[in-house]
Amino acid sequence: MNLVDTFFNWTVFRDALPMLLQGLWVTVQLGLVSILGGLLTGLLMALLRLYGSAWIRSLARLYIDVFRSIPLLVLLVLVYYALPFVGIRLTSFTSAALAITLVSCAYTAEIFRAGIEAIPKGQFEAADAIGLGFFSSMRDIILPQAFRIVIPPLTSNCINVLKDTALASVVAMPDLLKQATQAQALSANPTPLIGAAVLYLLLLLPLVRLVGYFETSHSKTTH
Amino acid sequence: MSSMTALIQIRKLHKYYGAFAALQDIDLNVMTGEVMVIVGPSGSGKSTLIRCINLLEEYQQGEVRVDGQKVVRGSGLAKVRAEVGMVFQDFNLFPHLTALANVALGPLRVRRMPKSEADERARTLLEKVGLADHTHKLPSQLSGGQQQRVAIARALAMEPKVLLFDEPTSALDPEMVGEVLDVMQNLARSGVTMVIVTHEMGFARRVADRVVFMEAGRIVEEAAPHAFFNSPREARTQAFLKAVLQH
Repeated sequence: MNLVDTFFNWTVFRDALPMLLQGLWVTVQLGLVSILGGLLTGLLMALLRLYGSAWIRSLARLYIDVFRSIPLLVLLVLVYYALPFVGIRLTSFTSAALAITLVSCAYTAEIFRAGIEAIPKGQFEAADAIGLGFFSSMRDIILPQAFRIVIPPLTSNCINVLKDTALASVVAMPDLLKQATQAQALSANPTPLIGAAVLYLLLLLPLVRLVGYFETSHSKTTH
Repeated sequence: MSSMTALIQIRKLHKYYGAFAALQDIDLNVMTGEVMVIVGPSGSGKSTLIRCINLLEEYQQGEVRVDGQKVVRGSGLAKVRAEVGMVFQDFNLFPHLTALANVALGPLRVRRMPKSEADERARTLLEKVGLADHTHKLPSQLSGGQQQRVAIARALAMEPKVLLFDEPTSALDPEMVGEVLDVMQNLARSGVTMVIVTHEMGFARRVADRVVFMEAGRIVEEAAPHAFFNSPREARTQAFLKAVLQH
């Protein structure tokens, strides 16, 4: 058996492709749900971390520290295999989405916090002086400016979230990696794994390029 | 001057940074329609004082009332601030919004005015400060003098009871100072109550109803401009005027 037959076997690839595409679709769904969940909860967490009462701020800081410290794989296994012992049974999709969102929330919160803290004090003062309330100040003045600053690190975080979805295969989630390893077992040939790697690249390379683009265009507008 | 009719009442105001007294025992009334100019050397507490009026700056003792309303932290603060317009040294325009949107935002969000009406008011005010042709530009596309005039229009859009100016021309290139002072002078003539911190002595002399001289966190002297510039009572005022009017 030569190298091409082993790793780039066309027949094996063709047979595995429907499975791989199903897996890709699951990966994309899981990625989108986790990214969206992470963005929304992360923004909320950043606001609590910055503007909550003293003990809310401490709690938010504790949350952010804990979920940036815990390995995602450990959290995933806890959610999927440990929670059933207290009667909480989540599907593999929900478990994966929950674990990834919990972690992404912590990272996203730190990104938003840095973005908000980068807005000059004068902007807050001008908003205050007009008599804008907290929500209007945030919505109309601070967040639109902070978003522009954090687009590159946020996109970067989205890429990490998408990549981390591959960990969901350990909780029996039929994502791209899981489907590839099953196809590999069925065909006794590693070509599906190569196929999965290529699909991951096709999904993520454009996003990585996008971050590069944002970073150069951002540095152009700020310098 | 009866304190009953004063628009701004400042009583026994003290502010400290640690052991350093930034403001000491400030008592000051600003009457409706009055144009008050505060002058003094750098670090004398002028800017700190007017920033205490709308509580952008915290203080340890004393109280400030605007139109009888005590200015304190809490749910009522935004409402008092809406009645006190402020123009900053560094303009502080919202860089992501057009000149028009900068001016319309307050009426839109705080006064809950319909958008068409808020835009109309913004257009009228921008016209009034000579920027009718620049309504759709972003702050970054405007000169410093134009930006400061937008900032004045933004403050006016709330129809505040008083306008505070915190060194409005200090960050401007010299050739743009005049256009901003002209706008302010027109406002003063139209009866707007104004408190102005500035180093522009010529402007103070022309426009002020009353000049207040501060040094080391205290009010040293206050007088009508003619008396203030021609026959200052205090030695420290005389020394200050001699230094700033010499060149």
